Amino acid sequence: MNTQQVKPMSQPSLARKQPLLDMRQAKIVKNITVTVAAWLVALTIFFPIFWMVLTSLKTELNAFSTPPALIFKPTLENYVAVFERSDYLKYAWNSVVVSFGASIIGMVIAIPAAYSMAFYPTKRTQGVLLWMLSTKMLPPVGVLVPLYLLARDTSLLDTKTGLTIIYTLINLPIVIWMIYTYFREVPKDILEAVRMDGANLWQEIRHVLIPITLGGLSSTFLLSLILSWNEAFWSLNLTASKAAPLTALIASYSSPEGLFWAKLSAASTLAVAPILVFGWISQKQLVRGLTFGAVK
Amino acid sequence: MSQVNRNTGIARLLVAPSVLLLLVWMAVPLGMTLYFSTINFNLMVPGMKAFVGLENYYYFFTDPSFIDGLTNTLVLVGMVLIITVGLGTLIAILVDHPFPGQGIVRVLLISPFFIMPTVNALVWKNLLMNPVSGLFAFIANTFGLQPIDWFTDIPMTSIIIIVSWQWLPFAILILMTALQSMDQEQLEAAKMDGAGPLAVFRHITLPHLARPLTVVIMIETIFLLSIFAEIFTTTSGGPGTQTTNLAYLIYSQALLQFDVGMASAGGVIAVLLANIVAFFLIRAVGKSLAEQ
Repeated sequence: MNTQQVKPMSQPSLARKQPLLDMRQAKIVKNITVTVAAWLVALTIFFPIFWMVLTSLKTELNAFSTPPALIFKPTLENYVAVFERSDYLKYAWNSVVVSFGASIIGMVIAIPAAYSMAFYPTKRTQGVLLWMLSTKMLPPVGVLVPLYLLARDTSLLDTKTGLTIIYTLINLPIVIWMIYTYFREVPKDILEAVRMDGANLWQEIRHVLIPITLGGLSSTFLLSLILSWNEAFWSLNLTASKAAPLTALIASYSSPEGLFWAKLSAASTLAVAPILVFGWISQKQLVRGLTFGAVK
Repeated sequence: MSQVNRNTGIARLLVAPSVLLLLVWMAVPLGMTLYFSTINFNLMVPGMKAFVGLENYYYFFTDPSFIDGLTNTLVLVGMVLIITVGLGTLIAILVDHPFPGQGIVRVLLISPFFIMPTVNALVWKNLLMNPVSGLFAFIANTFGLQPIDWFTDIPMTSIIIIVSWQWLPFAILILMTALQSMDQEQLEAAKMDGAGPLAVFRHITLPHLARPLTVVIMIETIFLLSIFAEIFTTTSGGPGTQTTNLAYLIYSQALLQFDVGMASAGGVIAVLLANIVAFFLIRAVGKSLAEQ
């Protein structure tokens, strides 16, 4: 169709039109290539998760079969079995208590600190912030022995309280940092105006600052939740049968008992599903927390 | 006025609880580790805590598994960094421009980062890499190839694959976000001037990504130095010491062999190693803080 329109035109004009057409075609080809490539890469990277969910819907027999069963009658029997057999709910409850506990306590400690540093900075504030960050870089194995012994001697070994304390402290620097970057974006005039109206410190934080930064505070809370939920160094080393969260339950499947692949997959799917959804919701805001504000 | 001043005093104090907590959290255990590293202390031999100076360090350094542990740590960190940063950059650029389903693709790409390390390890070990009924074995058989016995034949490579799968999304997520803040006008201008995709990448994209890349490399390094759960759930450091990194070595010395003295010496070394990286990371973050 295009060529027909071009025909009556003079020769030089046609020569100019031709590359333009090629460019448009090239662009379409490029767009299709990018789309296909991006989808292929994404599906490849996501595949292990898909495979896990698929396996969780098979019978144990099907889960082992070669060639792998691709068409099968999905069953929820593994989920039923997981709930019935492995005290799944106890471990899930431990995960919930510990990660929510650590995240809530962390926010309560961090908000005043971030407020203080964002709105009443001193000469030392920047140094303090960087020092806080440096505590996050302490490798856990460096303090494994003392913390194990301290937990043992204070009867906090294998307790939810002990694990909550540790999770609060390991996430505190990130939580303070993230809240600090959100507070810094609040115009100081707003807070000053409220202060002039006679609001005290508590009212200022509670009724003005927190509502304004609610979005940022929520993503901070979510990041803390995700990190606590997935933490697997202290949970493996400091908990056993009583306070073990889901990370430790799944690790116990690596023993010969773990030959129940379909049930392992069901337990795993249940363990990762809520956090995966949280991660999807807050992906953009997480970058700030994960990079200590260096990338926004 | 006095109301404002009084507020200032109280407000400044609000940072104190956090500082105090983190100070105790850092100083007490580190002090204990340092102390333990200079005494002869075995959990199975109660009461015996003689001062031995640097003997623990001497034993730790001359223990052949220390050299293995250090080498494995560096190989693991290095390889995972190369894979995640390299592929991460390419993938982030690939999905930067709008295309059908871009949102879903991004969600799929970052998902592995939110999977807990023990689930990650077991899904790979059992469902994918099992030499008899794993999916990879089936694929190999289909093509008439001998299936690889991943954790026996190439244990370190297997760990590297598993850990890379977990951390690739981190690099993608950070770099994807960084790319969105790129100056689009500058990009268009460069294209108008006839700059090819390679030139654009070399002279515009790469400089723009310089800081995010630095941050990704350093944060990954900090976490990768302490990789533990993936090794704990798959190989337990074996076969032999082939997948024992420093973190796992210290763990096994402390909680499997109960040699607190030597484990503490190892802990001090791990802290020093992390501090070298941390120093540069803190400097980079401090710089971006000062620019705000």
